[in-house]
Amino acid sequence: MESYYTREIPKTDRIPRLVAHLYAKMPEIESARAKLITESYKATEDKPIVMRRALAFEHILDNIPIIIREEELVVGSTTIAPRGCQTYPEFSYQWLEAEFDTVATRKADPFYIAEQTKKDLLEADAYWEGKTTSELATALMTEETKKAIEHNIFTPGNYFYNGVGHVTVQYEKVLEIGYRGIIAQMQEELEQCNPGDADYCTKSQFLKAAIISCEAVIRYANRYARLAQKEAESCSDAARKQELTQIASNCRRVPAYGAESFFEACQSFWFIQQLLQLESSGHSISPGRFDQYMYPYYKKDLDEGKLTREFAQELIDCIWVKLNDLNKCRDAASAEGFAGYSLFQNLIVGGQNKEGCDVTNDLSFMCITASKHVFLPQPSLSIRVWNKSPHALLLKAADLTRTGIGLPAYYNDEVIIPSLMSRGLTLEDAREYNIIGCVEPQKAGKTEGWHDAAFYNMCRPLELVFSNGWDKGEKISIETGRVEDMSSFEEFYAAYKKQMDYNISLLVNADNAIDVAHATRCPLPYLSCMVDDCIKRGKTVQEGGAVYNFTGPQGFGIANMADSLYAIKKLVFDEKKVTLGEYKRALAMNYGQGFDAVSAGEIVMGILREMENNGVSVEENQIADMIKAVMDMELPEADKKKYEELLGMINEVPKFGNDIEEVDMFARDVAYTYTRPLLQYYNPRGGQFQAGLYPVSANVPLGAQTGATPDGRLAHTPVADGVSPSAGKDVYGPTAAANSVSKLDHGIASNGTLFNQKFHPTALSGEKGLENFVALIRSYFDQKGSHMQFNVVDRETLLDAQAHPEKYGHLVVRVAGYSALFTTLSKSLQDDIIRRTEQGF
Amino acid sequence: MEYLQTKGRIFDIQRYSIHDGTGIRTICFLKGCVLRCKWCCNPESQEYGIQEMMVRGKPKIIGRDVTVAEVMETVEKDRPYYARSGGGLTLSGGESLCQPEFSRDLLHAAKAVGINTAMESMACAKWETIESILPYLDHYLMDIKHMNGDKHRKFTGKSNELMLENARKIAASGRTRLSIRVPVVPTFSDTPEEIRAIAQFADKLPGVEDIYLLPYHRLGQDKYEGLGRTYELPHILPPEQERMQELKRTVEENSGLKCQIGG
Repeated sequence: MESYYTREIPKTDRIPRLVAHLYAKMPEIESARAKLITESYKATEDKPIVMRRALAFEHILDNIPIIIREEELVVGSTTIAPRGCQTYPEFSYQWLEAEFDTVATRKADPFYIAEQTKKDLLEADAYWEGKTTSELATALMTEETKKAIEHNIFTPGNYFYNGVGHVTVQYEKVLEIGYRGIIAQMQEELEQCNPGDADYCTKSQFLKAAIISCEAVIRYANRYARLAQKEAESCSDAARKQELTQIASNCRRVPAYGAESFFEACQSFWFIQQLLQLESSGHSISPGRFDQYMYPYYKKDLDEGKLTREFAQELIDCIWVKLNDLNKCRDAASAEGFAGYSLFQNLIVGGQNKEGCDVTNDLSFMCITASKHVFLPQPSLSIRVWNKSPHALLLKAADLTRTGIGLPAYYNDEVIIPSLMSRGLTLEDAREYNIIGCVEPQKAGKTEGWHDAAFYNMCRPLELVFSNGWDKGEKISIETGRVEDMSSFEEFYAAYKKQMDYNISLLVNADNAIDVAHATRCPLPYLSCMVDDCIKRGKTVQEGGAVYNFTGPQGFGIANMADSLYAIKKLVFDEKKVTLGEYKRALAMNYGQGFDAVSAGEIVMGILREMENNGVSVEENQIADMIKAVMDMELPEADKKKYEELLGMINEVPKFGNDIEEVDMFARDVAYTYTRPLLQYYNPRGGQFQAGLYPVSANVPLGAQTGATPDGRLAHTPVADGVSPSAGKDVYGPTAAANSVSKLDHGIASNGTLFNQKFHPTALSGEKGLENFVALIRSYFDQKGSHMQFNVVDRETLLDAQAHPEKYGHLVVRVAGYSALFTTLSKSLQDDIIRRTEQGF
Repeated sequence: MEYLQTKGRIFDIQRYSIHDGTGIRTICFLKGCVLRCKWCCNPESQEYGIQEMMVRGKPKIIGRDVTVAEVMETVEKDRPYYARSGGGLTLSGGESLCQPEFSRDLLHAAKAVGINTAMESMACAKWETIESILPYLDHYLMDIKHMNGDKHRKFTGKSNELMLENARKIAASGRTRLSIRVPVVPTFSDTPEEIRAIAQFADKLPGVEDIYLLPYHRLGQDKYEGLGRTYELPHILPPEQERMQELKRTVEENSGLKCQIGG
């Protein structure tokens, strides 16, 4: 007899109605928060920053409009409009003002914005000039770093423009003792502070600020209690009246006090989840091990006969809907990189406890069912897999995967636990890990991981080898010598490593500048009182209050660089079929395949810079002609033929992803050029840098900033996704691709790796299909792969969805680390998903 | 270990096959066949000789000579998947029994290192040949295409007596698991009467528990053109889903066999 309930619990009628209500309109930008925070900041200029943050948070929570949406059981909305968003001018605002007129019509993640809202925001934003984290970060970076960012070697845009987020707090603590309990702990700590202590000023201010924040959250919940009560009084429907009365009662009790029922625990959870995101604009605020911390409340109510499984399922479903109510408007470039209105709220089920026992329970199954019921991108559902994971849980997960929703993502305890321990976590903490955002493991309630700290484009340093440190007419990196003079592959590879090392040091500078800016201008007292050891240390996580501190920027383009360097080794040095000089010209000419406007613009920009350096000035109107001339340029037939021959030769060189030992081990070494150098660097919070190997969906927009590469990839086309082989280059099926990927060192990339596979639904059909699918995951994990995720749709479906988006409003695909609605993605990203090798047939 | 050096002629090795036999399997396709089934979806498998076939406008050489050891190198790569799924190596063709020594030694090599073995075959060979293979074969996936000898000859080039006789002998030997697979081809074998006859025959074979109805498909049609041949069944369409369900019911009503549509 299993110790958990595995049967499918039916969906109630309420759930599709909640979803329909949420998705009735385009999401909207609101200005309430911007106005309130500006008012507050203007009134607190004489106070320490941590106190100003708390007072602003309090002012927002006391005054922001609140709403209970139709038929909701769990309440708390950040905007009046469903799926709306507030703005966060303390981090950055200029980009939004620049996009006022295009944000509603842009391709990726459009938002409606009313004229009045624009006016309100302009008025509020005026206060923030020179006061934002992004401006301070810029002031803290070296000139070389800014140059590297300008030239797209790496992009720290995420935390540069926004809050950090990327955290899992101690939900279990709030559920258990409520904010009253936490306030009492902080009061006690405060009482032990002595005015003569060296850290008295900062510690006492932090504790007082955190207490104010918690009190504000309690008052906010009480505003909801009163609203629910009022609506109950005027409600003519008896059933709804009863629900509203219950909601009012829940909000009076939680999150002020510990939850006494599963229903209260759900409401308490929701306020934490919602308000963390209202305090700062961070994304990837991840609920983590929801099935674990919610279980005691479920079990108790169930045992005492106060709760049916059906109602528990409905409440979980309601939370799943609410997780899609939270939204965020990013700048147009970032929106492409994180396409799909995703907030990456990662919620994980299964796995082991700190003693190493499997802790799968009823809720683990019900969470999977909830994703099937609600069928929306959030939460980013994940599942922990280890040697003792129950087979039934994996089958249940596979059954969700084959719906094509792109959930859950599968994570391997057997790799992640030792990997975290190698970064200083205790065995107990490592066993209790959860996932943040896309794929980043950490220990909840103890970590400030800075998990998504930048995208580092591994292809760009290779371009810098060919250009000897120049880009678009400017010297932006170190000189590693003319490639024409390089006489061995070792010499060439050493030059690549030097370009990598140099630019990694600039990446660290960028991240650390932003880190200091957040600590200086946007410490977060509310979030910090739910992360150990901030209360004892008397400081926020931004200032180093967390037990574990990391910075995890992610590299991408592994497959492109492995294939590129291997092709150079083979064709130039082993077989001597082509010289580096010839290769260089072929790359510059995009293998004779012509230039689009972007490439032509870049070439012209380079020419202009050179002309400028030589004192030649060019008229504005001549530039367009120059670009046109480049685009129209006809290559001599002989050159074209030569480039085509080269492409043919490159095509014949074995590629990563086909289970060829030599190539795969080569790729493993190439990945080390990113993962190893990072480990020597530290951040201002005293934590180590650690690499991730995953691109979110940035492989498309950042590929668009990358010229042709020696693996035969044409200029400005997408680069490979995560640690997956280049699209279409893996031709021996999913086992061969998985074997290749498993040969990378996943353990050293302790900030996570991402491996995407796409299947036709037929590969998962029937009981046998599910069994084989689970076996595939198990086998990849036996070989020490770390993460796996799947798209299960057929090509025809995707093409049809592209042609007729109106028919596919709810087609969810896994993009990279998260699921998104296919029709909301840009055309190029849609094309990329279609192009990925279809496995199975 | 001499068996590792035996040579054979193959035209493909396909990994992650999940529709032929149990679990995740690697299929080795042997070249050469005794039959010439008009609907064959792998026409490049029929000739033993190495051929050139046009694939998407480009010539491709079909067939290469390899040793057992070379095939095993690829088979070994997916060992973790076999272990987790109950999969292994499957020989297919063509007719594997056209290369009896190579088939035997390849199966032997897999068994010797603990890899599960299966073979898709019509059993169109001398009994001694089949008998030599049985010690190394875990699962015989045997095609029975039709019970009527004349119709069988008309559509495949050979009558069916030898194959049916071998089916009885394989079943009687009790040395391998035997499953029966039936291609359902409109105009040839898609009536309930024809399927019932096969099911009743299979039901009498001792030890046989399952039967697979494989719906005809046209995915191999382009290959005929690529080989400069004419496809002789251009007008037939794959059987409808309802027809397949009807035939499945026919099997279940007329035998004690477990019936599955598809591999």
